[in-house]
Amino acid sequence: MSDWYRDFANSGLGTTITRQLGLPRPAVLRRYEPGQPLLTGPGLVGAAGEGRLRDVVSGVLAAAGVRVDGGTDDERLSAVVLDATGLTGPAQLAAVHELLAPAVRRLGPSARVLVLAEPPADAPTVAQAAARQALEGLVRSVAKELRNGATANLVLVPSDAEAALASPLRFFLSGRSAYVDGQVLTLAAAEVPAGDDPDRPLVGKVAVVTGAARGIGAAIARVMARDGAHVVAVDVPAAGESLAQVANAVGGTAVALDLTAPDAGPRLARQLQARHGGLDVVVHNAGITRDKLLVNMDADRWNAVMAVNLQAQLDVTQALLDADGVLRPGARVVSVSSQSGIAGNRGQTNYAASKAGIIGMVRAWAPEFAARGATINAVAPGFIVTEMTATMPLGTREVGSRINSLQQGGLPVDVAETIAWLAQPGSAGVNGQVVRVCGQSVLGA
Amino acid sequence: MPAQFRKAAIVGGNRIPFARANGAYARAGNQDMLTATLDGLVARFGLQGQTVGEVAAGAVLKHSRDFNLTRESVLGSRLSAATPSYDVQQACGTGLETAVLVANKIALGQIECGIAGGVDTASDAPIAVNEDLRRMLISLGSAKTVQQRLKALSGIRPGQLLPEVPRNVEPRTGLSMGEHAAITAREWEIGREEQDQLALRSHQNLAAAYDRGFFDDLVTPFLGLTRDDNLRPDTSLEKLATLRPVFGAGESATMTAGNSTPLTDGASAVLLASDEWAAAHDLPVLAHLVDAQTAAVDHVHGGEGLLMAPVHAVPVLLARNGLTLQDFDFYEVHEAFASTVLATLRAWENPGYCKERLGLDTPLGPIDRSRLNVHGSSLATGHPFAATGGRIVATLAKTLSEAGPGKRGLISVCAAGGQGVVAVLES
Ligand SMILES: NC(=O)c1ccc[n+]([C@@H]2O[C@H](COP(=O)([O-])OP(=O)(O)OC[C@H]3O[C@@H](n4cnc5c(N)ncnc54)[C@H](O)[C@@H]3O)[C@@H](O)[C@H]2O)c1
Repeated sequence: MSDWYRDFANSGLGTTITRQLGLPRPAVLRRYEPGQPLLTGPGLVGAAGEGRLRDVVSGVLAAAGVRVDGGTDDERLSAVVLDATGLTGPAQLAAVHELLAPAVRRLGPSARVLVLAEPPADAPTVAQAAARQALEGLVRSVAKELRNGATANLVLVPSDAEAALASPLRFFLSGRSAYVDGQVLTLAAAEVPAGDDPDRPLVGKVAVVTGAARGIGAAIARVMARDGAHVVAVDVPAAGESLAQVANAVGGTAVALDLTAPDAGPRLARQLQARHGGLDVVVHNAGITRDKLLVNMDADRWNAVMAVNLQAQLDVTQALLDADGVLRPGARVVSVSSQSGIAGNRGQTNYAASKAGIIGMVRAWAPEFAARGATINAVAPGFIVTEMTATMPLGTREVGSRINSLQQGGLPVDVAETIAWLAQPGSAGVNGQVVRVCGQSVLGA
Repeated sequence: MPAQFRKAAIVGGNRIPFARANGAYARAGNQDMLTATLDGLVARFGLQGQTVGEVAAGAVLKHSRDFNLTRESVLGSRLSAATPSYDVQQACGTGLETAVLVANKIALGQIECGIAGGVDTASDAPIAVNEDLRRMLISLGSAKTVQQRLKALSGIRPGQLLPEVPRNVEPRTGLSMGEHAAITAREWEIGREEQDQLALRSHQNLAAAYDRGFFDDLVTPFLGLTRDDNLRPDTSLEKLATLRPVFGAGESATMTAGNSTPLTDGASAVLLASDEWAAAHDLPVLAHLVDAQTAAVDHVHGGEGLLMAPVHAVPVLLARNGLTLQDFDFYEVHEAFASTVLATLRAWENPGYCKERLGLDTPLGPIDRSRLNVHGSSLATGHPFAATGGRIVATLAKTLSEAGPGKRGLISVCAAGGQGVVAVLES
């Protein structure tokens, strides 16, 4: 499943050939490993106008041991963080350009551009709303211009949500967000517990991961366990053999359960209560595809996909909410949606509907979760390289994996890192969001 | 010595689906199957890296290289290598006997938790060299000079090259277990149709249990097999009736491949513990092992059926516990053959037999047949000899737990050599 083209393009001969032919040169992305520094080199923190987040940003970076002096002119930058919360109108966007242009020129491999602004919807004037919205176009375009594994993202920080910034800031700067590019995340005010251990942020947490026997779910289990969680790995009884292997590899517990069974939710709730005294994190990852053009789609295909991908998530979540004391304070629910749910996909009316439904679900549930001090979010993977995609015809696979700003498919671990970040206690201010893990795919962008 | 006994708790179990011989597990050995089964149990109860008080397991058909089968399986599993282990062999009673042994140590306070299990493969059975050849090879090994070696080799005859395959035969009678069972069936006048009916119910009960997810937390798939492949959910009395008898002779032959267990590969394991250990680990207690009894009969000269020992063990167990045969909510009578189950029940109902053979003034009487093997038994699952006891213990413990507290179940397992192991579980 290795990316032969990326490996070739990065070899000595490959570099020469791809350069001469003007072929894309997908970078080897910097991915997180425990103990890795937040950034590999100096960062630059700038502001357009009277930004209010400079101190928060500098504090987080200093705590992570990052130099924020911008380095010397011949040093490569690892990150540029631009505080645009002080934008007063479109005229000031020029300052953003002025600041970013020289910095982007100096970016090193897998560098980060992160712009912080206030949500357009909160703007007191139309001109301010316009200027804030303009940043979205700017950041998404920068993301497309960046090379060498660098990414650009925009975080909207309402005036009362400053405390929620640290966790997303660390995520977007770190190797955990390797395949998250061109995204806009809106924070909300929340009580953020202090003192996550950056290397073991999930320590002491009980995390349920559905569909954990293989693929992305197995990667989620590994990453959550690495971050300190006790993983309760759920999959259908028929997948029990590999499920047990995953559970044993991560020191977790295997639960063989068909999530579409009528009593799946209560059964899970009872077991979590009895065996673990409740739970902190639910990752709804189990999903199936039954592709057919709409006109050829039979009811079985339609119903099977809806049952697993959407109805089971609704039912299990509701059962956990209903079971007294099972969902512990500060609970996190993360649902795996899909790019198809955003962009639509030929032959996937059922699948795309279910995955779009998930987005509706997390948005609608967000206020209730916020009231409990909990969060619910969705992650929408793009082209992720799995055993499944390995069996696709070469052409389809190559096109599918290259049509994004990072010019390569993502890995299951990229989805897993994003989910594990959303599950962190520090991510309390991220709620009702849909985070795409797609390398800024051109589909549905 | 501890002043008081405590009843061992059954926390849960795990087994791999049982496979008909020379099928799905044809290339798996006992150690592969037992290791996978232990690992499935570890995954279910989060026991990675933990030291368990002991693991007792065994196999009936065992290669000599597997002399330390259980220990080697533990070392290959995700349990801590500091977990002591030993092998047990009591023919088809092995699995239940290991549970009794582990439970007794827990009861005595010698260990806090333990795993009992069993495994068998009829596909990867050990094949021994011919006895003459074996002796010749031994003298070859001890030969010192070239002359002595040549002399030893010159003793080889073509006939000696035929291997000795283990046969399912009683050494002292030369009869297969099926032939023994056929004699008992004839003695007790067990009819063909009642045997087929019992087999049918076994398949129906097992299929229904799978369908409602009963085995979700008792079975872990292995080598692509997700259910016992001997299970025939759609079998019928009509289909069973078409099968030709394979044991017994002539008109009175009633035992077919449908109402006898096939040769099977598989493994099972049960996690037992003290209540305190289970609570400290937030693990459930499905039931307790209350008491157990073994018995043996003289099937060679004593005029008793080979598989009738449990019939003798049960009244002893009942008397010791102040129970009658009717005081049970569930009965698990191992279906070596449908006729064995039926002969067992008939014997307990028979005043003459109970008086003369069991020394009882009144017969044990009939049982409520709707409480018998409610989640299927060996006729449907198949019967990997040493693995059957673990299957039954875990299945009954969960059955009792589902039924609520204070429910009682009886296990009866017959074994080769005229032995039997029986036990009482209580939720
Ligand atoms: N692979 C991709 O490129 C990609 C892209 C976008 C979204 N996704 C989504 O990511 C998730 C994981 O995808 P994957 O590629 O790892 O798929 P996968 O098929 O490898 O794994 C899905 C797992 O879910 C389990 N599952 C299915 N139905 C279940 C049920 N009723 N109860 C319990 N478990 C059940 C399966 O047994 C399987 O182990 C899915 O929701 C999928 O839609 C994947």
